[in-house]
Amino acid sequence: MPWYVDITARVGAMLIFLILTVLALVWLERKFAGRIQMRLGPMRTGYQGLLQSLADAVKLLLKEDLRPANADRWAFQMAPFVVFVPIFLIFVTIPFSRELVIRNLDMGLFYIIAVSGLSIVGIVMAGWGSDNKYALLGAVRSAAQMISYELPLVLALLGIAMQASSLNLVTIVEQQRFLPNLFMQPLGFTLFMVAALAELHRSPFDIPVAESEVVGGPFIEYSGIRWGIFYLSEYVNLVAVAALASLVFLGGWEWPLLPPAAWFLVKTFALIMVIMWVRATLPRLRIDQLMDFAWKILLPLAFVNIFIVGLYRLYQWPTWTVSLISLAMAIVAAATVYHFPGGERR
Amino acid sequence: MTGAQFLFYALGLATVMGGLGVVLSRNVVHSALALLLSLIAVAGIYVLLYAEFLALVQVLIYGGAIVILLLFVLMLTRSGESPLVLDNPQKPVALVVSLLFMAIAIVSFFLTRWKLAQAPRGVDFSVLGGSLFQDWVLPFEVASLVLLVALMGAIIIARESPQ
Repeated sequence: MPWYVDITARVGAMLIFLILTVLALVWLERKFAGRIQMRLGPMRTGYQGLLQSLADAVKLLLKEDLRPANADRWAFQMAPFVVFVPIFLIFVTIPFSRELVIRNLDMGLFYIIAVSGLSIVGIVMAGWGSDNKYALLGAVRSAAQMISYELPLVLALLGIAMQASSLNLVTIVEQQRFLPNLFMQPLGFTLFMVAALAELHRSPFDIPVAESEVVGGPFIEYSGIRWGIFYLSEYVNLVAVAALASLVFLGGWEWPLLPPAAWFLVKTFALIMVIMWVRATLPRLRIDQLMDFAWKILLPLAFVNIFIVGLYRLYQWPTWTVSLISLAMAIVAAATVYHFPGGERR
Repeated sequence: MTGAQFLFYALGLATVMGGLGVVLSRNVVHSALALLLSLIAVAGIYVLLYAEFLALVQVLIYGGAIVILLLFVLMLTRSGESPLVLDNPQKPVALVVSLLFMAIAIVSFFLTRWKLAQAPRGVDFSVLGGSLFQDWVLPFEVASLVLLVALMGAIIIARESPQ
């Protein structure tokens, strides 16, 4: 088989898998959030509303693709793709199992960090190109938030890279055969998940797209297929973050009994359910609380995490001491957040 | 033409087109976006040269940070409030300086004896790390100190009250 057929087949399979997953996730989120809030969620389309996402997707494809008269044509029309492509590129190096991966890069973790940052450009293009004040406000909020939370996110991953002495995701997973990194670095896992919620624009950090403040933020003027692509990339990003967390913190496919890829998917979907649970439960933060939280709590804790892992690597401490210190720090962090939740309104 | 050559010319074209877009566009935000295209294409050229780490750093720093900051600032300034300046009276001086620079670049390009790698191979990531943090640790630390000073300067400027 020539290489280009091979790579096209792999990328195509991944794209189809992601679209189907997103359709399933949209349905799952609506049902799950509905149950949490004592509603039924979609019921009418198919058994238990199973076909609801499909119907919505068809509706989106058939809707008119509107563009405001004053919009910047170029930026407005390109933006959805500039958001989607970097997020999809993450999946090039996400291994579902040892063999099931498009291309296992030696610097996979660094590649993911570098590429994922590019999608902010698309959101900024959408916000600026729409010529709408809410879109612009949303885009500015989004850029500020994503830049701020990228730091703790990357530093949490750095802790993993230090411990594994590798950036290759397959190597990192294989080192967790006996002990997933979650038990080594509970603090790192906590930091990663919190920062990831902010990167995903998920509740309680959904300030850039807050309906009651900026009525949908950067995506306000979009309709039809372009809006659909934004929606798709939001969920694909959710899968990407959960997949990354399950690889570097939960040990990916390295558990017995079930086939490897199945374990990977079980862990990924468990994390996605947790993120949905958070969304259905917590109210939204204010923008100043958001920034304070990133710079005054998450970032120092991320440095502490690096420091602990560094000590462990340098002095060859036994594993359980690191786990214990990291866990203690995570609890201290939770207590701090719990006791000083708001701060003064400025 | 081999595939690598084709990619090289395509990326070179994208780089140049992006660069032209930066200087010729009448809209500053479009300029910033064209700059992004140019920088990403340069990252592609690094990949062709087996410098994956450099390429990723290029994407991370220039694409993910610098262009975002540029856009962030440009979005907060309203286009149309200030007159569009694409030209100024120093045109002849600029022409002389840039021609001179081009001449120097071309001459040095042809005078240098380029070492051709026999078997192109990427540098192992760990070798790069070892070199950076063992052989070149002092320049590295100085660079981070410079950044720290710049950061502190920015904070001091931001804190200064108007009165």
